[in-house]
Amino acid sequence: MRVPLSWLREFVDIPVSPRELAERLTAAGIAVDTVTDVGDKMKGVITARLSGVRPHPNADRLSICSADAGGEVYEIVTAADNVFTGAVVPLALEGARLADGTVIKKARFRGIASMGMLCSEVELGLEDRSPGIMILPPDTPPGTDIAALLGLPDTVLAFDLTPNRGDCLSILGIAREVAVLYGLQLNYPPVLESEGDEAAGYIDVEIRDPQLCGRYAARVFEDIKIGQAPLRLQTRLRLAGMRPIYNLVDVTNYVMLELGQPLHAFDYETLRGRRIVVRRASPGERLVTLDGVTRQFDREDLLIADAERAVAVAGVMGGLETEVTPGTATVLLESANFDPLSIRKTSRKLGLRSEASLRFEKRVDIEGAVRAAGRMARLVAETGMGRVVPGVVDSYTVRPDQKTVVVRPDRLDQIIGASVPGDKAVKWLKALGFGVRKNTDRLIVSVPTFRPDVSIEEDIAEEVARLYGYDRIAATQTYGEATPGRRPPVETFIRWVNRFLTGLGLTEVVTYSFINPMSFDLLRLPQDDPLRRVVALKNPISEEQSVLRATLLPGMLEVVCRNVSRRVTDIAVFEAGRVFKPRADGELPDEPLKLGMAVAGKEPRGWESPPRDMDFYFLKGIVEALLDRLGIDAVFRPLQTHPSLHPMRAAGVLAGDKELGYLGQVHPEIKMSLDLPNDVILAEFDIERLLAVRKVAAFRELVRFPGVLRDIAVVVPEGVPAAELVDNVKTAGGELLRELRLFDVYKGAKLPECTRSIAFSLLFQAGDRTLTDTEAAACVEAIVNRLKEKCGAVLRW
Amino acid sequence: MVQAVRKEPVGVLKISTTGRYLPRAVNLCCCMRLVVAGGTKVLKQLDEIRERAQTAVALAVNLEELESLRVRFLGRKGEITQILRQMASLPPDERPPVGRRANEIKEELDRALSARSEALLGQTLLAKFEREKLDVTLPGRPVRIGHRHPLSVVQEEIEAIFLGLGYSIVEGPEVELDYYNFEALNLPKDHPARDMQDTFFISDDVLLRTHTSPVQVRTLERMAPKLPVKIIAPGKVYRRDDDATHSPMFQQVEGLAVDKNIRLSDLKGVLLTFAQEMFGLETRIRLRPSYFPFTEPSAEVDISCVMCGGEGCRVCKDTGWLEILGAGMVHPRVLAVSGYDPERCRGFAFGMGIERVAMLKYGIGDLRMFYDNDLRFLEQF
Ligand SMILES: [Zn+2]
Repeated sequence: MRVPLSWLREFVDIPVSPRELAERLTAAGIAVDTVTDVGDKMKGVITARLSGVRPHPNADRLSICSADAGGEVYEIVTAADNVFTGAVVPLALEGARLADGTVIKKARFRGIASMGMLCSEVELGLEDRSPGIMILPPDTPPGTDIAALLGLPDTVLAFDLTPNRGDCLSILGIAREVAVLYGLQLNYPPVLESEGDEAAGYIDVEIRDPQLCGRYAARVFEDIKIGQAPLRLQTRLRLAGMRPIYNLVDVTNYVMLELGQPLHAFDYETLRGRRIVVRRASPGERLVTLDGVTRQFDREDLLIADAERAVAVAGVMGGLETEVTPGTATVLLESANFDPLSIRKTSRKLGLRSEASLRFEKRVDIEGAVRAAGRMARLVAETGMGRVVPGVVDSYTVRPDQKTVVVRPDRLDQIIGASVPGDKAVKWLKALGFGVRKNTDRLIVSVPTFRPDVSIEEDIAEEVARLYGYDRIAATQTYGEATPGRRPPVETFIRWVNRFLTGLGLTEVVTYSFINPMSFDLLRLPQDDPLRRVVALKNPISEEQSVLRATLLPGMLEVVCRNVSRRVTDIAVFEAGRVFKPRADGELPDEPLKLGMAVAGKEPRGWESPPRDMDFYFLKGIVEALLDRLGIDAVFRPLQTHPSLHPMRAAGVLAGDKELGYLGQVHPEIKMSLDLPNDVILAEFDIERLLAVRKVAAFRELVRFPGVLRDIAVVVPEGVPAAELVDNVKTAGGELLRELRLFDVYKGAKLPECTRSIAFSLLFQAGDRTLTDTEAAACVEAIVNRLKEKCGAVLRW
Repeated sequence: MVQAVRKEPVGVLKISTTGRYLPRAVNLCCCMRLVVAGGTKVLKQLDEIRERAQTAVALAVNLEELESLRVRFLGRKGEITQILRQMASLPPDERPPVGRRANEIKEELDRALSARSEALLGQTLLAKFEREKLDVTLPGRPVRIGHRHPLSVVQEEIEAIFLGLGYSIVEGPEVELDYYNFEALNLPKDHPARDMQDTFFISDDVLLRTHTSPVQVRTLERMAPKLPVKIIAPGKVYRRDDDATHSPMFQQVEGLAVDKNIRLSDLKGVLLTFAQEMFGLETRIRLRPSYFPFTEPSAEVDISCVMCGGEGCRVCKDTGWLEILGAGMVHPRVLAVSGYDPERCRGFAFGMGIERVAMLKYGIGDLRMFYDNDLRFLEQF
């Protein structure tokens, strides 16, 4: 809602500057977004009649106009193509200043001197765009200062209203707030009363669906002369954000902006049977609307019809056939009240949102219908646009019940946390249009029809609080029972994991929960892969973000790709977030928390030695550190079945029989199709499962007796996994084997083909005595024997 | 643990307990012949030895040489010892001055040897250090540093503030029922205020939550009729918006307090505490009346501009204030549908965008940076 201050001043005598007013209104919940001065810089722009227009001899697109500014005639070159002889236009001569402050100088255009310029609405500060020179009413006297004619300068307040305050979508509504805030008298604009009943002879109104149309008031205007509306009225429309069309339409818009009641004008002659019927559409009923589009309706839509056919979509848009045209002589004015929900549904369905539907959706004051028609009548008469047929046809089928709210002043104070003087509250409420009656210690507040947003005590509390001033309310502390601030264990756990992994050099990312279903093919997921079962959005922004992720993997890969595309190729990231798994019908999806990790490229480069790749074992080291720190005794099993991972470079991670997640190198096909320079290693874990199997650290007595350190290396067939050796070493080593570290893997010419050597560092230690070399030697022997027996190992050294 | 014997390489200098360096291997030098003479002559001889010894010490170039000088002059078979051995042949009255003199010279020589030895040691050590010199200006071995996402950091900070105020953290599903996201929050179907939040739908009744407010209802339902309720609910929310100032996914923190006598002024107090903890003790807040269907009265909350302190700048568009959250008193209908009697308790609720807080805290201009995951961005935090 944009409000020219000059218009507002007709309703209230504003005692402060526009900016002060804006601040005060904002503080009271009627938020002013911007305050703009219009035309304050403009100076010396005058009116002129074009006494001649001829083409420029040297330029096709320029014209030379002779502009008569009330005696003196000036030659002006213009590029506009809407100028014609006889047109009255704004003229800025040398030295004049435009609305933006530009000072006009003489200029030559292709050899012809121009004494100034003809102005469009843009140069006058009235609009942002304009198709050509502004054409003024033909009776405008030339040589007159244009600012005075237009009613400039003015100041425009642009409001950012909350959706509950439909009443403020009008100058009247804003003026009422101003009046309350400054204790001012609110002046209603003059109307032409509806004495007489002549109008009833012109039209019958029948409301067939009172639920959807509570009131329909009609007035008739005759001998209409279609033309331009008065300039000041046009200026106000422009400043309020509407483009003037011609007088009749402009005045309906003017009244709508002023009072918040949308009006519609029919060409009376085109209505059949002197009847207006307000009814629901029959299924499939059609109507060509003002914009020339044939629309189809159903039982949900409310139409305005005459005796034979639909003539308008109630509250949304008029019909083309009954539209007012320059030839219209008699006009039927509709000032009606429609059900907000019905208008909302229809306007959404048709994709038509107008200033009218916007207001009806927020509920228009049903009591204001006749006043708005009277205001229109007054303006028709005042501007000499036509004759007002006396009388109003007012079909007011459903009068709303008087809504009352019982208010306990002490409870108001408790809600707000301030003691608001009772008489002040009453005064404010009355000024806002509420009726207030005292009943013992309570107030019986009757709510005016233009405030449908108010229905309970708390609503009244807000009215009182906002007028009292939120800034005057103290900042207090809640009292009552103390409460411990608790964090859910999984939250704490995620925070811990987050810190741990960043400590190990991984950077946290946050990716979108939506993914592209096309990524399933890229990830090589078979058609029946469970990861293809996803939660899909009904109305995604785009196909790329149309389903919810069931795994963090696509997001991780996208982070890698995006960084690679920006030439950041050394990547080590993780994300902790929810994935979404559909469940049986009617149930919300499961939202397990996952921990994803991705690394690619190299470790940081120093000057000492070439950097190492962040490869499978790099990420495995991090994963092992994490699991180890969590006290999880995890097993890594070769995983050949994950479609997105290299079948020989992937591992499933288990704790006992519980699957925790996986770790592996991205499948080479994926690497190729994403055109990645380096292999990407991914890991994904289920956070809740990690939390479930982790062990809280427990103290173990330190061993004070010296131990014996032994290194052994065994040669084994290549196919024997290291974990098998480790398991056997542990079993054979028994309790005395305190520490085991695999420190070397060797393959090469010195060894038989298809074998490798694996070396362990073993620490034997007893908790209750100093271990002897003999005891240690026995352990080593047991280990070597077991490895020989179970894994075909041969001791190398 | 295994105790290993520490071996030292032969010939390496070892620091003695007196702080002096002694060579491990000593080369013994040949003895000097001593001429026996009378008392005066002996004294003269002593002076002559002293002279020679001093010169030799001064000219010694290494510790080995010094040690051999020590042996030659002060050793058991050294020149001075030899002279002292001859003392018996002197007349008794001539012995004491000779003895005294000899001891004086011994001490003097000993001091000279020590001084010279220390000087030589200093030079040797310096040479050794010189060989061990590092260019300390070379960069260290690089360590990969991980960075937490700025939203994580800010979320945790917000949580810490409210945990300290006795609020518990609660979570709710991101895929939510229309009922919790809208209906129970006093936003029935076709309510115009639903337009304020363009929604992603999964089905007619299931959607991606557009705010963290459904957690209010879920929590109240679970807790009813227990009082007090004090929670915050952080999490991801979704709206069908994607432009320079919106992201289709973003993060909020919801706050809710319900108790017997909660007032709008208490809301102001809690938010002031939050703002000052988060943005500095000098921060002020401003509440402006606003509208949310699930609160009444409602407020939009501004903080004094963190950039200019309220003077007016580009960030606050010269207003001195920055909008940071929406809040209000819980609408009685919300309490009622969740099992609380609005006549017996009241509450306040607030919701803020974590991105907004992070943008103000770090001076980030574009909200979408948070979800771009450019490492050059993330590594700044
Ligand atoms: Zn500022």
